Amino acid sequence: MTAKLLVDASYFVVAVLFILGLKAMASPVTARKGIVWAGIGMVVATLVTFFTPGMQNFGLIILAIVIGGVAAWWSGKVVKMTDMPQMVAIYNGMGGGAAAAIAALEFARGGVHGVVFTTLATLGALIGAVSFSGSCVAFAKLQGLMNKAWRLPAQNAVNIVLALVTVLVGVGIVVSGDPTPTQIITFFVLSLVLGVIITLPIGGADMPVVISLFNAFTGLAVGFEGYVLGIPALIIAGIVVGAAGTLLTQLMAKAMNRPITNILFSPITGEAQAGSGPTGTMKECSAMDAASMMRYAQKVIIVPGYGMAVAGAQHKVYEMTKLLEEAGVEVKFAIHPVAGRMPGHMNVLLAEAGVPYEQIFDLEEINEEFSQADVALVIGANDVVNPVARTDKTSPIYGMPILNADKAQNVIVIKRGKGAGYSGIENALFFEENCRLCYGSAQGVVSEMIGHVKSLS
Amino acid sequence: MMEALYIFMLAAFTGYEVIARVPVILHTPLMSGSNFVHGVVLVGAMVVLGHADPEDPLQLAIGFIAVVLGAANAAGGYVVTERMLAMFTKKN
Repeated sequence: MTAKLLVDASYFVVAVLFILGLKAMASPVTARKGIVWAGIGMVVATLVTFFTPGMQNFGLIILAIVIGGVAAWWSGKVVKMTDMPQMVAIYNGMGGGAAAAIAALEFARGGVHGVVFTTLATLGALIGAVSFSGSCVAFAKLQGLMNKAWRLPAQNAVNIVLALVTVLVGVGIVVSGDPTPTQIITFFVLSLVLGVIITLPIGGADMPVVISLFNAFTGLAVGFEGYVLGIPALIIAGIVVGAAGTLLTQLMAKAMNRPITNILFSPITGEAQAGSGPTGTMKECSAMDAASMMRYAQKVIIVPGYGMAVAGAQHKVYEMTKLLEEAGVEVKFAIHPVAGRMPGHMNVLLAEAGVPYEQIFDLEEINEEFSQADVALVIGANDVVNPVARTDKTSPIYGMPILNADKAQNVIVIKRGKGAGYSGIENALFFEENCRLCYGSAQGVVSEMIGHVKSLS
Repeated sequence: MMEALYIFMLAAFTGYEVIARVPVILHTPLMSGSNFVHGVVLVGAMVVLGHADPEDPLQLAIGFIAVVLGAANAAGGYVVTERMLAMFTKKN
């Protein structure tokens, strides 16, 4: 009795720590404290759980914590900032997988009774499993293990039918009250396949939204399983994350001006545009030309994209920025809400390079200024500066707010080759009159530019 | 039952309020941070493995997987979030 009380009381404190921690994370000033509070909460929660009455298998529990904890701790420590999104995706998927496994074990033990419990356990299992397999696919894509956006013929029909069948099997489990192993296994397999099928076609600028959506999913799954197990700390933490994640997902979808259903059911891929791409020629320019153009400009706006991040060029870019400023040029950074592979990813990368916040501007803050800029320097960004989003109703990205880089006097684009970007859509900007392309890796080209800017001073 | 419904509702409002006015620059760390928080699923995983039948290898295996995954979610989520936030506080 006292042990149970101690455990429950500690969980209460933990829930409070989590909420305060997340709240603190919402401001740059207190953010670091926030994660530390939440971290303390997690350690306390883990430790007191050992005192839950009736627990056994302690050796196995400790072994499993050590294996999972050490592997994840190590991988999280060594990963490069650029590769953060896929790590967040995979850790998130693991949480979803854990929630699904909890449901599976509760079914295997015959521990789920009653319509409400069975429904929530089944829902949690479905959402958790989808989040698990979907996040694994997202990880594989971002990690470059899977490059192409795959589309099945009649993808949406397949998605819907599969989702319906999965839900029907789930309903069967709830209705039967005492499901057979076959029912359970079928249900889990279908849920996992569903996650894969949903995620396979998604790529390009849609990826951050999907990662965020799966994060919300895992939260919900954890909350539902928390109810099944009767642990309020899980319900609270899970649902708080579920709600926060849903809001974040909506904010991002809004930033792209596309409803979530649109992102899931008609993702951005190049195929839709095949045969009707922009025409004209792309004009090349040397790093020297570009450097002198910027050196003698009044105002330069830099649009960093994932290409810059991959090349690890953010430090070089900031070095060049400082040189230009010394020469009297006003330099600003323009960040699209979905630049990078995770919401706000680009801000993290620029912060890593030491760029001060005051120089970084959101889309709404800076879009008007492009027309007064002498040079817009686009570094490895594609969809977020593609003017067809404003002009071409048939484009899959039509309606998505973009950075109006094309309105600058001159546009310089650094990109590796002539091919289309991550989403596979040709960019009309590259063919415009005021646009020049500087081929090469961002790291190399910017280094060259730095040399030329110096020689002009 | 009703009690849980209240918890669900209040938690949902809390989640919404907690991040409703977050600046875009913090979306990534916050997503990663909330990712860490649902790592508390580890607790649930520990409880189910702790109550699994020690004689049943299937139950033990599923429970073991649940704990490994939950621990990875928590540990990985923490490290990654902490590293990102360290970048934002450096200059303040």
